Amino acid sequence: MSARGASALDSARRLRLQAPVFAALGDQTRLSLLVKLCDGAPRSIAQLSAGTEITRQAITKHLRVLEGAGVVRSRKEGRESQFTLQPAPLQEARDYLDRVSAQWDQALARLKAFVEHHPTQPTQKEKP
Amino acid sequence: MAADRIEKKVQLDAPAARVWRALTDHREFGEWFGVKFSGPFVPGQATRGQLTLAGYEHVALEVEVVQMEAERLFSFRWHPYAVDPEVDYSKEPRTLVEFRLEQIATGTELRVTESGFDQLPAGRRRLDAFRMNEGGWASQLVRIGNYVRQGR
Repeated sequence: MSARGASALDSARRLRLQAPVFAALGDQTRLSLLVKLCDGAPRSIAQLSAGTEITRQAITKHLRVLEGAGVVRSRKEGRESQFTLQPAPLQEARDYLDRVSAQWDQALARLKAFVEHHPTQPTQKEKP
Repeated sequence: MAADRIEKKVQLDAPAARVWRALTDHREFGEWFGVKFSGPFVPGQATRGQLTLAGYEHVALEVEVVQMEAERLFSFRWHPYAVDPEVDYSKEPRTLVEFRLEQIATGTELRVTESGFDQLPAGRRRLDAFRMNEGGWASQLVRIGNYVRQGR
């Protein structure tokens, strides 16, 4: 069992899972919403739009994107929805980048060995 | 490490010309990376390859070469995770890998970056993730993650 092969497969699944999380985070308004939700307390759209110039409609749209990526959860309470941060996907996104980073460390170590031990001629191992 | 991209730097005791060949000759790339490509790297063109690791020969890679500036810059886009033959990966997000070479006294300094982890499948609006004031979404992500952990 090769760790490199396994991580290639793992990477396959993970990037597809993580891309929506990374994309959801690629917007300053959404990041500011997450920062507001950081303490884990639920907040309404009214609370989240207080003190900003952004309309409640726009805030709602951004919250739905975050919800779609799984990084916030909403719950109806009375007439209002309450939004809560879901930290797990954020942690997974960080873990994903850490794994890709480790794969590069391994690949570059192999590259270093390769160029330092095969200083002159390229190896010709093409199968017929 | 800035976390909106992967950034690596390594010093190689080999001249830039040697490193350049190890990166841009598809056979040599395959030697150290562990993949067999069907054809050479040509800017603007895609090349398919299969992993050469036992048990993972079904894992395909496709790289589309973006830039080749001799002994300076080599870059490509790829789907490193495209492992299921039933799935059309042409609509999946891709990352950009860039190799930058610089001659140093002892040989070559190689910088590698991989970016674009936020990209959406084709046909959907791409978010401009990097045009941000406070160090990009990734440092925000790290901040949020740290904050969340402290608060628990």
